[in-house]
Amino acid sequence: MTNTIKYALDADGIALLTIDVPEKSMNVITAGMMEDLEKLIPQIAQDDAVKGAVITSGKTGSFVAGADLTMLLEMSDMVKTAPREDLFQAAYRMNKLLRDMETCGKPFAAAINGLALGGGLEITLACHYRVIADNPKIKLGLPEVMVGLLPGGGGTQRLPRLMGIQMALPYLLQGKNMTPAQAKMNNVVHDVVPEADLISTARKWILDGGKAEQPWDQKRFKIPGGQGVFDPNIVQTFVGAPAMTKKETKGNYPATLNILSSVYEGHQLPMDTALKVESKYFTDLLLGDVAPNMIRTLFVNKQAAEKGIRRPKDIPPQKTKKLGMLGAGMMGAGIAYVSAMAGIEVILIDMTQEAAEKGKSYSADLLAKGIKRKKVTQEKADGILSLITPTTDYAALEGCDLIIEAVLEDVKVKADVTAKTEAVVPESCIYGSNTSTLPITQLAKASAREDQFIGIHFFSPVDKMPLVEIIMGEKTGDLALAKALDYVAQIRKTPIVVNDSRGFYTSRCFSTYVMEAINMLAEGVAPALIENCGAYGGMAVGPFTVSDEVSLELSYHVGQATKKGLGDAYVPQAADAVVEKMYLELGRKGKKNRKGFFDYPEDGEKSLWPGLAEHFPPRADQPSPDEVTKRLFYRQALEVIRCYEEGVLLAPEDADIGAIFGWGFAPWTGGPLSMVDTIGVQKFTAECQALAERFGPNFTPPKMLLDKAEKGENFYA
Amino acid sequence: MTDAYIFDHVRSPRGKGKKDGSLREVTPVKLYAQMLEALKDRNGFDPEIISDVVTGCVTGVGEQGGDIGRFSAIMAGYGNGVPGLHVNRFCASALVAVNYAAARVMAGQADMMIGGGVESMSRVQMGFDGGAWIFDPQVSNEVGFVLQGISADLIATKYGFSREECDAYAILSQKRAKAAWDQGHFAKSVIPVKDKLGLTLLDHDEYMRPDTTLEDLAKLKASFTDMGQLGFDSVALQKYPEVEKMSHVHHAGNSSGIVDGASGMLIGTKEMGEKLGLKPRARMIGFADIGIDPTIMLSGPAQSARTALGRAGMAVSDVDVWEINEAFASVVLRFCQELDLGTEQVNVNGGAIAMGHPLGATGAMILGTALDEMERADKSTGLASLCVAGGMATATIIERV
Repeated sequence: MTNTIKYALDADGIALLTIDVPEKSMNVITAGMMEDLEKLIPQIAQDDAVKGAVITSGKTGSFVAGADLTMLLEMSDMVKTAPREDLFQAAYRMNKLLRDMETCGKPFAAAINGLALGGGLEITLACHYRVIADNPKIKLGLPEVMVGLLPGGGGTQRLPRLMGIQMALPYLLQGKNMTPAQAKMNNVVHDVVPEADLISTARKWILDGGKAEQPWDQKRFKIPGGQGVFDPNIVQTFVGAPAMTKKETKGNYPATLNILSSVYEGHQLPMDTALKVESKYFTDLLLGDVAPNMIRTLFVNKQAAEKGIRRPKDIPPQKTKKLGMLGAGMMGAGIAYVSAMAGIEVILIDMTQEAAEKGKSYSADLLAKGIKRKKVTQEKADGILSLITPTTDYAALEGCDLIIEAVLEDVKVKADVTAKTEAVVPESCIYGSNTSTLPITQLAKASAREDQFIGIHFFSPVDKMPLVEIIMGEKTGDLALAKALDYVAQIRKTPIVVNDSRGFYTSRCFSTYVMEAINMLAEGVAPALIENCGAYGGMAVGPFTVSDEVSLELSYHVGQATKKGLGDAYVPQAADAVVEKMYLELGRKGKKNRKGFFDYPEDGEKSLWPGLAEHFPPRADQPSPDEVTKRLFYRQALEVIRCYEEGVLLAPEDADIGAIFGWGFAPWTGGPLSMVDTIGVQKFTAECQALAERFGPNFTPPKMLLDKAEKGENFYA
Repeated sequence: MTDAYIFDHVRSPRGKGKKDGSLREVTPVKLYAQMLEALKDRNGFDPEIISDVVTGCVTGVGEQGGDIGRFSAIMAGYGNGVPGLHVNRFCASALVAVNYAAARVMAGQADMMIGGGVESMSRVQMGFDGGAWIFDPQVSNEVGFVLQGISADLIATKYGFSREECDAYAILSQKRAKAAWDQGHFAKSVIPVKDKLGLTLLDHDEYMRPDTTLEDLAKLKASFTDMGQLGFDSVALQKYPEVEKMSHVHHAGNSSGIVDGASGMLIGTKEMGEKLGLKPRARMIGFADIGIDPTIMLSGPAQSARTALGRAGMAVSDVDVWEINEAFASVVLRFCQELDLGTEQVNVNGGAIAMGHPLGATGAMILGTALDEMERADKSTGLASLCVAGGMATATIIERV
């Protein structure tokens, strides 16, 4: 026995199993917990003194939060060496123990005192009775699909058998959560009671003769809503579901297909066989690349970043209490909102009182929406709003411990506000700039305290975008870094830390995506093909859509600045002439004037501007979708590698997190460097060399890549 | 190799495949049996000489299940000695049945065969037999399953056929069908369907709407917009990323009609024909079945025609009479575009848009229509082709003797 479950048998013969995994704030399913359950279940089954068992959690507010993802990553490492039979047995372990539990002959009751996700919910589904605390904040769900997996502890079998296949699919395919009330309505729990009555209700169910038999083990069991391929409802469900799923996933996420198949095949089988089928589809996902890559970047490394893996260790916590927000435009207003939401006092400064007030009204509007949706109370909203002081007076910055500047992207204007600010704020104040293009080192020159000057780059819209890119200027010190990271943690966003460079990391690499798309357009590749290859490859949006959103006007100006800034080092792009022509000559600015690569009719969907065919005539011989996709994706990955080589990036983890959360790089890949590792560094290098021969130096592999290819190294160890 | 000859062909009139369809009271076995009886009576053969009754039927479940060929033959009085076979290649089933019957003859394994088909769409609902490709996620994902209307719309979008062109073709089909009926072009082959008492239930194609105008059609809402939105457009477009977005152009008025019907052809050796005193009407030159991407699904007929022509050492210009099944308007338009034919060269007596498409029976019907037209217009060569669900197509070439 390990020590994850406390066992107590009372005088009535009810065994109480309290899950309490040591050193974790929430219970997660570890190998130790499985071991404990594997010992306890036969013990309970064989002990005549035990009438039945109640399972609950020793953690306040949570039952079990799911599987330990690092354990899953270790399992996926087994893939390289272990025989398939062993892999299957490892995947099947949880299913077997839960099936043993539900067929052991003694009644099991789950007393769900808090959130139960993934394997946590699956444990309860294998119990014969479920009672849950009546706290609407409790979430029940099977979110495995979000990490590229399927619920492998019987979730794809028991949930549909309880609530019906059509009803269960959204929970399985989208990882949707349900509240206790919804769970009751969906037939997923038997009772909802006050938390204090949980254990007694569960005990009472056993003492009242609760049966140790699941509905699906009864002879006349029928799945609610229909079952089998002769049922028109089921046929309709499975005709539509794969298409609906493909619309959402573009076919890039194998988990959704495996979930559908596990439900489709499993629901036609008896439970014992069905669970084996589920474990096979689960194993199949571990054998693939998508789930391990997603788990590594989207969870393990993202959490590590949020917990401060890049933070200098020896500096004490640097909590931000009073933030000076310079500039109340779209970015400033958004930063003020997320900061106030985190309880930080905000001085919101702009050139006119009107502009400053307008910045604050952004928060007021969002909070009003929140009140409408019952996400926030009027009282709380008032409290948050009262934290924001809109003003034009720099004197109000007195006492700020952090400044974030988001004024016009102009070195002189920025230098001016830096001087004005530093005249007021305490010497210890850290100064962050939200510039997206200007080098931090250069901006820092305007500061009397260059070591306290740092880049804190947000993405728009600030309240929705989860990433913050922290940029270290040449002279930025550790204290500034610690302060910035602690602030990002306060506002609950995900940080990456990069070094100074033109466009830093995210803007620089993102621009290659759009640039390559426009290069292809200039070559005569059909725009629909380019746009769709980006979107179908898994990018958050197609390249022309995003280019129109950014606006061709901005692209033009950034392009001019880049050319000027880089001088001879600038690699001319066919795209430059296209952008110039579209913006200067044809007056197509993008979405803002409803004329960009797309037309934006007042009523109806956007569609590609027919004039593109006239100005950039499509070639008769169009490239294969595969080639177009590669150009879009490889070009970005190469720029990422160049950033890594130049020291702009310090670690592959930052590269991948920043790409996915910063510019919408395809999450299924785990990020550009995970993608390169998955393709194989050597193969990727060779493909880039072949592309470089045809399409020029944009595709020339950087030295770092060539070295890695030669040594047979990956980006991730 | 022995040559296979067509000695005769018959078809039923097509009844509306709806509750109020005139053939709804006729069971599919009886419907097909009447065609088999007609072949027997018209040609006066002893049914024992028939080696097999090869029967196309698509939704082979319920009363169309369990080898409908065998039991229809028995019900037609062919006796216990004549076996029957059920074949299913979706919409080309009856043409495949004819080809198979001919192949048996050509291989020297039969002297006289029947190939035909039946579909009572009013009684056995289309799609009622299910199928892994439509609902098993593993299969449907691999195939890229979409509804056929989505495939037809994809063909129209990808190859540039507008709603107006599709509607105009539909009107053409209606006009031609009306003219063909008025001039008696089908008279030789249509066998009125009778009830138990021998009273005629239907003697003409009742689905036709010859008065339909372009304006009428313009009012119809495209049928597959909602299902496309649901996800099927995405499935299709992800395979064809060069297409920006789907344009939905098909509706009930420019797609084939849902009807009941049956057909049969008598195929055998010259020698057996002589023995029975029958005059061969045409020789089977060749046939081909092909497969293409199952998502676009319905654009295979041109390839099947070229394959069959190639095998026979013939060119497109060698064919005088073209029958291409009007599953959807875009299928015909694409066929013409690919083979560089004008719409005036194909389906001169109308087609399934006007008269309906009884799935399992249509193949033999349109081959027979080609044969009748060749005789009427004194032409020598005909080709019939159908697009087939799941991304297939079948073509058959015949010549008069």
